[in-house]
Amino acid sequence: MKSVRRPKVVPEPTLGNRTLSTHSLRSNPGDENGGPGGGGGDDWLPPKVLLKPPGQLTLTEQELEEEFTRILNANNPHAPQNIARYSHKEQVFKASPNMDHLIVHYEFDGYLIYKNTEDTTPAPISTNAEGEPTEGGEAPTEPAAASEAGAGGEGTPPKPESAPSGEGAADVVVEEGRKPKGPLRNQFNFSERASQTVNNPYRERWTNTEPPPQRILSDTVNQWAIFDAYMEDQQQKEKAVKEKAKAPPANTKLQRDDAHSTLPIDRDAHSDDVYYKNPELRKALTIMERMANQNTYDEVAQDYKYWEDAADELGDRKSGTLLPLWRFTHDKDKRKMVTSLGWNPHFPDLFAVGYGSYDFSKQGAGMIACFTLKNSSFPEVLYSTEAGVMCLEFHPQHPSMIAVGLYNGTVLVFDIRKKIDTPVFRSSSKAGKHTDPVWQVAWQKDDLDDNPNFFSISSDGRVTQWTLTKTELMYTDVLKLRYDMDPNLASQHGPESKKLFGLAGGCCFDFNKKTEPLFVVGTEEGRIHKCSKEYNSLYLLSFEGHQMSVYTVRYNSFLPNVFLSASADWTVKLWDHDNPKAIMTFDLGSSVGDVAWAPYSSTVFAAVTADGKVFVFDLNENKYDPVCEQPVVRKARLTHVSFNPFEPILLVGDDRGNVISMKLSPNLRKKGGKGGDEDEEPHFSLITGRLKQTRIFDVGSKKGEDDAGDGDVSDTAITLRSSNNALARFDASSPAAQYLAERRTFRGLERKEGETEVQKAEEGRSGVARGYSGEDGKDLQTA
Amino acid sequence: MADLGSTANLADKGAAAAPAQGGGGGGDKAEEKTRNFNYPLVKICDMMEELRAEAVDMVVTAVEKHPGNYEAAAKTIKELMDKRCGSSWHAIVGEGYGFEITHELRNLLYMYFGGNLGILVWKQS
Repeated sequence: MKSVRRPKVVPEPTLGNRTLSTHSLRSNPGDENGGPGGGGGDDWLPPKVLLKPPGQLTLTEQELEEEFTRILNANNPHAPQNIARYSHKEQVFKASPNMDHLIVHYEFDGYLIYKNTEDTTPAPISTNAEGEPTEGGEAPTEPAAASEAGAGGEGTPPKPESAPSGEGAADVVVEEGRKPKGPLRNQFNFSERASQTVNNPYRERWTNTEPPPQRILSDTVNQWAIFDAYMEDQQQKEKAVKEKAKAPPANTKLQRDDAHSTLPIDRDAHSDDVYYKNPELRKALTIMERMANQNTYDEVAQDYKYWEDAADELGDRKSGTLLPLWRFTHDKDKRKMVTSLGWNPHFPDLFAVGYGSYDFSKQGAGMIACFTLKNSSFPEVLYSTEAGVMCLEFHPQHPSMIAVGLYNGTVLVFDIRKKIDTPVFRSSSKAGKHTDPVWQVAWQKDDLDDNPNFFSISSDGRVTQWTLTKTELMYTDVLKLRYDMDPNLASQHGPESKKLFGLAGGCCFDFNKKTEPLFVVGTEEGRIHKCSKEYNSLYLLSFEGHQMSVYTVRYNSFLPNVFLSASADWTVKLWDHDNPKAIMTFDLGSSVGDVAWAPYSSTVFAAVTADGKVFVFDLNENKYDPVCEQPVVRKARLTHVSFNPFEPILLVGDDRGNVISMKLSPNLRKKGGKGGDEDEEPHFSLITGRLKQTRIFDVGSKKGEDDAGDGDVSDTAITLRSSNNALARFDASSPAAQYLAERRTFRGLERKEGETEVQKAEEGRSGVARGYSGEDGKDLQTA
Repeated sequence: MADLGSTANLADKGAAAAPAQGGGGGGDKAEEKTRNFNYPLVKICDMMEELRAEAVDMVVTAVEKHPGNYEAAAKTIKELMDKRCGSSWHAIVGEGYGFEITHELRNLLYMYFGGNLGILVWKQS
């Protein structure tokens, strides 16, 4: 409402008056002086005495004459100008510039009301309330309706008949001067509604925590107690000093006693730790251990999966690198050498390591550890053997079986499924045990009775076949490496040689991948013999070339005639098993411990040397130099190397019990086997997004040679054309090509001139889409 | 529970009484030895090893900081321990007093220091 009371009179005006007081004082005397002169009739009055405040300034005439101009404006000089308010919108304090300059000096509310103002209208309400329903019965509703109508703006005017009546009523009220009783009511139509929300019921909850454990202690502190305590302490210390002085001579005895006394305690403690024997807990512990390892070696695991040496993509670099990944060691075998490595043919992450010693004077117990790439800290399975392990191999069809040859000539078969620490088979001295170290074991196909069998070779000159029957290990001597079997030797030395030499020491052998009975044997004196299981009296062929003992012979898994040999005479030689002379010789500058063909390419092989280097050759790239020559360990001899059959992972073992896993860079795992002319053909690199000269996406070895000549490849092949019209072809064998062939199709714009009839353009539908009906809906229903 | 204030007072009185006793009754040997008794001797302690070492250090510093003023020393110890490991620690420093306290386990240190002081520090809320 308009008539708002302001009960608080702002104090500022008085202040303002006070500041102006000098002015008024100055002007007033002038009036006073002029007053008596002009009026004259006031003489009888007592003369006015000017009262001055005690501290008033006395000013000279000149100063009094000085004029001060003041400008009056509507602004309130005392209104604060620096008010800052907190703005919740911007969450900062902001100065509010607009101040209220209105000062109300005087205000008075009257009780009269103008006739024509709106304030008159509520009057009838009060009269109605008093009880005059007959006169203004409709009056209260009508103005309300009118105001409503005005607000609504519909344009329907209020009824003329009733409006005057309402006004008339108001007139009457004002004229009669009747005071409206009670306060003025709100003229607007309003309604009050109240509701109460449900109050959340209160609930009390409490709990008592267990108080911390307490104990009562009582004692008395006094001087003699303290003194006694110190004295006792002193005496004890003196005693300790004396004992120490006595100790050195009695030291050894004490230690012995200690050793005796601690041993049983240790045993007890050991038997207490039975938790790891609990099979369920053991499983959980294994998982936890693997997880912990995975966390620790997360980067290595990432590299294992995703690392690709980007340098291999650059330019014409043919060489590659090896990225060392996990290092597998076991505390107990730190003093031992890695004498054999074998990947499990079924699980790509599992491999077995044999520990022993090649040093004649440092023989001891041996050990077999099966590691998984998922846990580099501790082997999954651990067997200890009575003599150093010299060789081992997983059975290709029964991946839980490991054949093991020991330094003392024993051959063992372990089954890692069985949770026992002892071998399931063991050769006994009664039944054909070798008398010298067993240098290699190799599983063969199960025989006609489906009994697994394996071959072993030992420096006692025997090649023996072992057959695993249900109960025992049967042996058959397949071959005895006699010198006179060699046709050359026999002719050279004549019949005496038979008496002169005993048996040649076999060091290694490998079976031909295609022709089963054929195998080659490497011997201690450097000769390699081709033999057959069928003829045990004669070598089929002898290969001469190595000057020192042959450590490894390996048949190529793609080309059945070709094998490699590694020897202590620093060389690796490549042979054709029909040709007594080596095809190629690679001098590696140090004793070659082991050589292995890559499982993915017929031209790639790796060799490890005694000076700690790993050599990887790709004969397709370079026939003379390795594509990778990398020192892997310092001050250690590398003894063995093994390719993972599934992943591009290489395993090398050294003579300090370490096994290092390494990832082959892309250049080292090119799949070879195609004709030379296709070397020129560029391929599309998914990494660089460009065409590249070297090949990675080659047809698999089965298809390769047949299809390459025709040039017609299956429908899924993709051909990319570079600017110089060179072609890159994706065959179905490459997963990337398959993906591109399935998902990415672009056939160009279709040209169908004249094939479609000419029709008049129809006007389509228009309007606003409101929903789905018609054809689509029907379709959906039928479907 | 022993009251901190009262025991401190007791300790003060004891301190006043002690020199007279020592001067009168102690033999020469004993005096020599008491000179060597200037190290903390832990009598009873069930704290963790780390806390124990720290608490003994605190006691030693506090007592050496306020020579003769056991009340101040006790106050310092209490404040240090409160700061170190939570509230409601109590400390008694004195030459002669008897006590029977209830303490929380693993929060008690009862030691002698300087050949004539018994110091009791414990926690109980």
